[in-house]
Amino acid sequence: MLWPHKDLLCISQLTAAEILYVFQVARRFAEINTRPVKKVPTLKGKSVILFFVEPSTRTKTSFDIAGKRLSADTYSLAASSSSLRKGENLKDSALTLQAMHPDALVLRHHQSGASEFLARRLSCSVINAGDGWHAHPTQALLDGFTLSEVWGDDMAGKTVLIVGDIAHSRVARSDVLLFTALGARVRICAPRTLLPAGVRQWPVEVFSDLTEACNGVDAVVCLRLQLERQKAGLLPDLREYARTYGLGARHLSKANPGVLVMHPGPMNRGVEIDAALADAENSLILDQVSAGVATRMALLFLFLTRKDATDQGDARGDQVESPQPQSPSLQED
Amino acid sequence: MPGPDLIVRNVLWQDELVSLWIEQGVVQRLAPPDEPCSEGEQLHGGGALLLPGLIDAHVHLREPGFEYKEDIASGLEAAARGGFSAVLAMANTRPVNDSAAVTSFMRDRAAEAHPFGPRLHPVGALTKGLAGQELAPLAELAEAGCVAFSNDGLPVASPDLFRRAMEYASDLGLVVIDHCEDPVLAEGASMNEGRISGLLGLKGQPVVAESMQVARDILLAEYLDLPIHLAHISCRQSVELIRWAKARGVRVSAETCPHYLLWTEEMVQGYNTLAKVNPPLRTDDDVLALRQAVREGVIDILVTDHAPHADHEKEVPMDEAPNGISGLDTALSLSWKLVREGVLSPQDLCALWSARPGALFSLPVNRFQHGDPADFILFNPDLEWTVTPETLRSKGKNTPCLGQTLPGRVVAHGITGKILFHDVDAS
Ligand SMILES: [Zn+2]
Repeated sequence: MLWPHKDLLCISQLTAAEILYVFQVARRFAEINTRPVKKVPTLKGKSVILFFVEPSTRTKTSFDIAGKRLSADTYSLAASSSSLRKGENLKDSALTLQAMHPDALVLRHHQSGASEFLARRLSCSVINAGDGWHAHPTQALLDGFTLSEVWGDDMAGKTVLIVGDIAHSRVARSDVLLFTALGARVRICAPRTLLPAGVRQWPVEVFSDLTEACNGVDAVVCLRLQLERQKAGLLPDLREYARTYGLGARHLSKANPGVLVMHPGPMNRGVEIDAALADAENSLILDQVSAGVATRMALLFLFLTRKDATDQGDARGDQVESPQPQSPSLQED
Repeated sequence: MPGPDLIVRNVLWQDELVSLWIEQGVVQRLAPPDEPCSEGEQLHGGGALLLPGLIDAHVHLREPGFEYKEDIASGLEAAARGGFSAVLAMANTRPVNDSAAVTSFMRDRAAEAHPFGPRLHPVGALTKGLAGQELAPLAELAEAGCVAFSNDGLPVASPDLFRRAMEYASDLGLVVIDHCEDPVLAEGASMNEGRISGLLGLKGQPVVAESMQVARDILLAEYLDLPIHLAHISCRQSVELIRWAKARGVRVSAETCPHYLLWTEEMVQGYNTLAKVNPPLRTDDDVLALRQAVREGVIDILVTDHAPHADHEKEVPMDEAPNGISGLDTALSLSWKLVREGVLSPQDLCALWSARPGALFSLPVNRFQHGDPADFILFNPDLEWTVTPETLRSKGKNTPCLGQTLPGRVVAHGITGKILFHDVDAS
């Protein structure tokens, strides 16, 4: 498949076939991560800027490792560093970044739409590593990849429940799009104060009772609760949240056998999820972290080699009709 | 009887070809198109539509304080080209228009930049510094030339202070204009709360943030038996409250803007900051309700809420972008779209943009009767134009119309008989 996209901004831009192709490539890269020497020269000479205006150690590290294992040069621009700090006009940041001629920019930003804003102004690929409440497509892809490793690619007949602060969760929005694209049924469960406007028009079933919501599900994704939601008046207190929406074994008793538990992290143990449940056998939480590196390797590979293929097409002066199969080069460096 | 100083020949008034005879700044009469006369200057209208000079009761001209967005000269130039003979300029300048000095400054700048008009009528701040804590010196402001009072942009949260403001203003014979928005419900919103805000992950403003304040104002107006004018109404629920209030005889009047009659929250897709406006663009259902309300007169007048901003201020993520659409240049063309769609008649336009705002704010209005101020425009509805930064006279290029082709152009504008410009040949 010739990767057709310049940027990865939102799951809605991907077809089911494209999502599965990402999984397929990720599966091949996952193998590298188990080798004694975890590095291949695939993206040698490519530069990737990690621009994390909103701090996130976990996602940034995951992208950093993914890039380095493919021999890309990764550069971190933290929110606090130099002139590229929070508060600088994003357009000026874009122009500065453009002048550095990166091959890809991975952006984490506290404002919805920030990645789309930069993607329109930069010629390099922009990969959205989370923008405001809007989208976190790489998280959704790694969540989907994690489940596909257990279930296989066809998710028809499976039911996935997402519990927690849906309103302010970019993970929830992206997961809903991805799981439904792959044929799964999606449920969400939250107090009404944490449901987004217009949720009734989403392709999901909405619950407010967690026990009821868990009935017959095959996987549960617990979302991180931002502790400031209480101050914003959306919740009485954390204890009550934990009592009502913290996932525990009692909720899962009516779930389907082998129900899987996920969490995008970082977890508030005992708030969103019982501590014991997070460590239980059916917890995929650490698998998600490993899948994150493989998925991001796949994405960097697809976005960074796409242009080379296009350029060759341009140089030949004809349309790229039957693209060369892009199979990752897996030689060790 | 002196002869005319100016005859505008061959123009369409209510489907009839006429000529407009003007003497000493006022309308003498509408005459048959070919009636001979050797006196006065002649302007050939080429069959363009004759309309009264429009009045825009809600603009932000940004001077003093934000001249990089707009100044009085550029704002009035946009008004002139857009067909407006008079504008009411809101008080959210820096310093705020809460003293006679600022009011006089604005009027002086207008007279200096555009001695023959369009006229600038300042709207005084309702509270000092628009802070919503203490009443502004309303009598001083009225004396200096303010024609109304408003905290527009920063709604007064306290119902008690708002009540006192209405009472105090009534002694001066001037109306209070309220920007209806509950500041708590609306806090941090960058678009309408609904389907699209949920998908885009943006904080939305619920319609009830507006309608709750509309209800408050209506109940106060009824209780006090005082008039209240409600600014830029955007949603069905507000319309229904206003209709109910009018049926009860409450002295409420209301305005809306062309953008609320034409566009919905869909315009914000792709994080389009040019469509970020306060109150936000709402839904199809709200548009339908507003269209019906302007047809029926439940909404009394149209205004632009002209809110120019510099490009760099809008070239930011949605949350950071300031609210506002630059409206003076495009208002009449957008209104004409509504005429083409059968929503409004040309007579409705005259009422919504001239007669009724004139009556509400006690300003002279041209009804083309003997002695009326000779404020008129010639409008060619067949002339199309494409909105580009270059075609806009306002410094603010912040309109979702950029790139669109709009119907109709003002081809001549006269104020009290003085021709500001004419480009009738372009017809
Ligand atoms: Zn306003």
